[in-house]
Amino acid sequence: MSTLSVQDHHGVHHDEHGHEHHHDTFLTKYVFSQDHKMIAKQFLITGIIMAVFAMLLSILFRIQLAYPDKAFPLMETILGRFAPEGRMDPNFYLSLVTIHGTIMVFFVLTAGLSGTFSNLLIPLQLGARDMASPFMNMLSYWLFFLASLVMIGSFFVEKGPAGPGWTIYPPLSALPKAMPGSDMGMTLWLVSMVMFVASQLMGGINYVSTVLNMRTKGMDLWKMPLTIWAFFLTAILGVLAFPVLVAGVVLLIFDRSVGTSFYLSDIVLGGVPQPFEGGSPILFQHLFWFLGHPEVYIVIMPALGISSEIIATNSRKPIFGYHAMVYSLIGITVLSFIVWGHHMFVTGMNPFLGGVFMITTLIIAVPSAVKTFNYLATLWRGNIRFTPAMMFAVGLVSFFISGGLTGIYLGNAALDINLHDTYFVVAHFHLVMGSAAIFGMLAGVYHWFPKMFGRLMDEKLGYLHFWITFIGAYLVFFPMHFMGLDGVPRRYYAFTEFESFERWLSVNTFITWAAIMAAVAQVAFLFNFFYSIFFGKKTTQNPWGSNTLEWTTPIERIHGNWPGDIPTVYRWPYDYSKPGHDEDFIPQTVPYSETMSSNLPHDFENNPVGMDEYNKWTNTQRSNEEVK
Amino acid sequence: MAFKKLINSKKLLSLFAMLTLFGTQVLMAQVESTTKAAEGAPAAAANAADKPSVWAGPFYYILLFLVVCFAVAIVGKILRVYDLTKQIQGKKPMNWNNITGILFLLFLILGLYGSYWSFTTQGAMILPSAASVHGESLDTMFFITFGITVVVFIITQVLLFGFLFQYRGSDKRKATYYPHNNTIEAAWTIAPAIVLTVLVVFGFTTWRKITNHVDAEGEAASIDIEVVGHQFAWELRYPGKDQKLGEMNYKLVSGTNKVGVNFKDKHSMDDLVADTLVVPVNKSIRLNIHAQDVIHSVYMPHFRVQLNAVPGLPTFFKFTPTVTTREMKAKEDNAKFEYLLYCNKICGGGHYNMQKVVRVVTEAEYQKWLAQQKPYLTDALKKELHFAETEQKEEKSENRLALNN
Repeated sequence: MSTLSVQDHHGVHHDEHGHEHHHDTFLTKYVFSQDHKMIAKQFLITGIIMAVFAMLLSILFRIQLAYPDKAFPLMETILGRFAPEGRMDPNFYLSLVTIHGTIMVFFVLTAGLSGTFSNLLIPLQLGARDMASPFMNMLSYWLFFLASLVMIGSFFVEKGPAGPGWTIYPPLSALPKAMPGSDMGMTLWLVSMVMFVASQLMGGINYVSTVLNMRTKGMDLWKMPLTIWAFFLTAILGVLAFPVLVAGVVLLIFDRSVGTSFYLSDIVLGGVPQPFEGGSPILFQHLFWFLGHPEVYIVIMPALGISSEIIATNSRKPIFGYHAMVYSLIGITVLSFIVWGHHMFVTGMNPFLGGVFMITTLIIAVPSAVKTFNYLATLWRGNIRFTPAMMFAVGLVSFFISGGLTGIYLGNAALDINLHDTYFVVAHFHLVMGSAAIFGMLAGVYHWFPKMFGRLMDEKLGYLHFWITFIGAYLVFFPMHFMGLDGVPRRYYAFTEFESFERWLSVNTFITWAAIMAAVAQVAFLFNFFYSIFFGKKTTQNPWGSNTLEWTTPIERIHGNWPGDIPTVYRWPYDYSKPGHDEDFIPQTVPYSETMSSNLPHDFENNPVGMDEYNKWTNTQRSNEEVK
Repeated sequence: MAFKKLINSKKLLSLFAMLTLFGTQVLMAQVESTTKAAEGAPAAAANAADKPSVWAGPFYYILLFLVVCFAVAIVGKILRVYDLTKQIQGKKPMNWNNITGILFLLFLILGLYGSYWSFTTQGAMILPSAASVHGESLDTMFFITFGITVVVFIITQVLLFGFLFQYRGSDKRKATYYPHNNTIEAAWTIAPAIVLTVLVVFGFTTWRKITNHVDAEGEAASIDIEVVGHQFAWELRYPGKDQKLGEMNYKLVSGTNKVGVNFKDKHSMDDLVADTLVVPVNKSIRLNIHAQDVIHSVYMPHFRVQLNAVPGLPTFFKFTPTVTTREMKAKEDNAKFEYLLYCNKICGGGHYNMQKVVRVVTEAEYQKWLAQQKPYLTDALKKELHFAETEQKEEKSENRLALNN
């Protein structure tokens, strides 16, 4: 058995004494839990709360964009000095944009997505009793929780939360006098992010070591589900990229409070030349995007992994090109480290470098395209079952195509000259990493909800949630492409100062109402989620007819996952609708010897003994037929 | 079943009724006041404006939301009852696979129509074709990329939703076991690779041409114009008769010397300041871009020009305008049309209003305009410099060039 002895101890302990002998207090079971399943739920619920918060922020600034000339007394009631006389303050608008981006990218789509599903699925799908270091895993959650508190807490400081955009480019973020959002709020942002990165590192190291060391017997790397491959590679990306952000952030803290000039040079503020010399704002951009670009793959890869699993299960078909899927994930992982410069084509970076980054960027489009085609081929001639999870997974594919194609424009340095920082960019990344990743996350929630809570979510409400969100997201982001092509810049508080942008006002109003509609639809999800935790229909052990290991655990979600021995794995996770078998799925725990009628020569490629058995069996079958 | 209880709860029902009653009253009051206003009594209108509408607004929407929630719950209930009665009668239950499959097909058709509508209606609102030499090649490249991506977009989305409809689940069928096919996989790895290579090569050469061009020998030198960004405005400086901009140094910035021109440099003496970025048509222009406080971005979308203004890192962008403002006014059929230069990198609270008018004129008009511009070296500045001259230390230019030529 490949599990570590510590883990076995847990299991053995459990087997001998049974469930009732655990003296779990409320504190150890629900709060400072070291059980990966509970930590996953903690991540998920915190992530959902943060997502709702960030979504409300986006509605606030969308209202500002739709009605720039209108005063909303209610806004003053809610926001106080940030909206004097019911009109939003321009600096607060920028803070809203900044915190919306930060929370969505880091707190929801990184921690909420990886944190939830890596924690839940890595031990369950690999056949481990828990994570490699459960204590570190707990610390990872609590640091994330603290980071969330600090980030939201920054709304309560005098000058408001950080405001220089989620990319916090210095000098704007380095000079507290440059804008209110660069004052105390920015300090809290930096503190929060340092804790967040520490949390991600602890999580990431845990995921990598669990995947490498704690797989059950028979679970070699090429028998892992694609979810695990995605989480594994995501964790590697995070472990390698996040420290660079900390380095960048620490230097920024020095510039802000110690008086160094890492990012500052030749600055005149309020008519007075400042003493900073020799630094470079571009240096920060390099450090930021060295994390920032892998970050977008940290966001999308788990979503792709989740959707691979869900699409295969619900099409009742093996995922098409399993090896190609893995290799394209590996390709994306490697390439994502050498494309960061495409965020900096027009920042004054040496244009030759821009050319190089453009080449690497367009190369990374190839594995992404392969993944899309493989999804399509998986659906082809399937027997598609529309669970809400399946619908969200398919929605992801649609967004991934729509948003990915515009990446070809933006990755092209020459075209980026005119598109950089316009609404075209906003549309692009909200589709390809925003909507797609959140759909992956929602798909995962619908699919593994029974595993987390032992109950099922309501399907009809799920359908309603899907349709409104899906249509809403397209209505919000599709028109934005054209605004970008008209040269409308992002992060503008209002478009009233430009006569040429006035014709976009009706489009902005339309987008805002579409966004409100999609936001309201999330109530259906929230109700469904929290209601089903307590009152949902009880689930069966394997509600989706799935092959992977997590569905062999009991519904009760016991500590240590499996009551007896950890099951052994004999086959890959995608034997759906295999011809010759009576059911349309064969779980990974079923040995080939029990499924002689459905075995194929391909199954025994590296297994000469099995091949002999297979040949023997086919020969006897043939001779039997001849006798008949 | 607790859900059922919730819906059947009498308390909730009566609460709902009360809310509706109250809501209608508030709503009626609002309607009344608006009708009054419509009748043309200005006093009544003013009254209506500061009366209850303040609180009726959000409350009205909350009420509306509750009504929608109840409607959804009721529709859900009806569907359930319908489904159950069907099953009691021994008929098949509702087939959600079929319903969803059809909805996806419907979405595909409406979605394709919607994108077509968007492309034609909103697509007509985008920037006019480029008004600069390099912009034209960018436009060509844009439309080539557009052609390729739209075809891929339509094909893949049609396949995606088409498959969802075609292969929607049924108990009678089993899916085809088809785990991989190396030939197909190789094909659809190589095909995008080839297309992308073409785009890369095209893009790379265009990019190099735009960013890496030196004034050719024999060709007239570009007109140097300096753009300095600060919160929240742009400063413009034109060279004088010597065709050369004087050096600048941020340490010399003062109330009168706004961009910190160094008057030790003799080229500085005849420099001019301007309010509007006026440039002659068909002449190569070299914008020398500086920032004083935070990063700004010089964005002139009509000319397909954009480059960030970075403090401590002077940058430049060379372009040749090809269409005068007057021609563009006629082309756009808009007498008020002006080319604009505006900030496109978040720079603080005034970021949304940091613009400069750009005017492209003929050579004769340009010369006439240039003659009217005021010198940078104003009387006040002369006075100040006279005092400062003795104190001013030797300042070597520390400007580093960002671009590699």
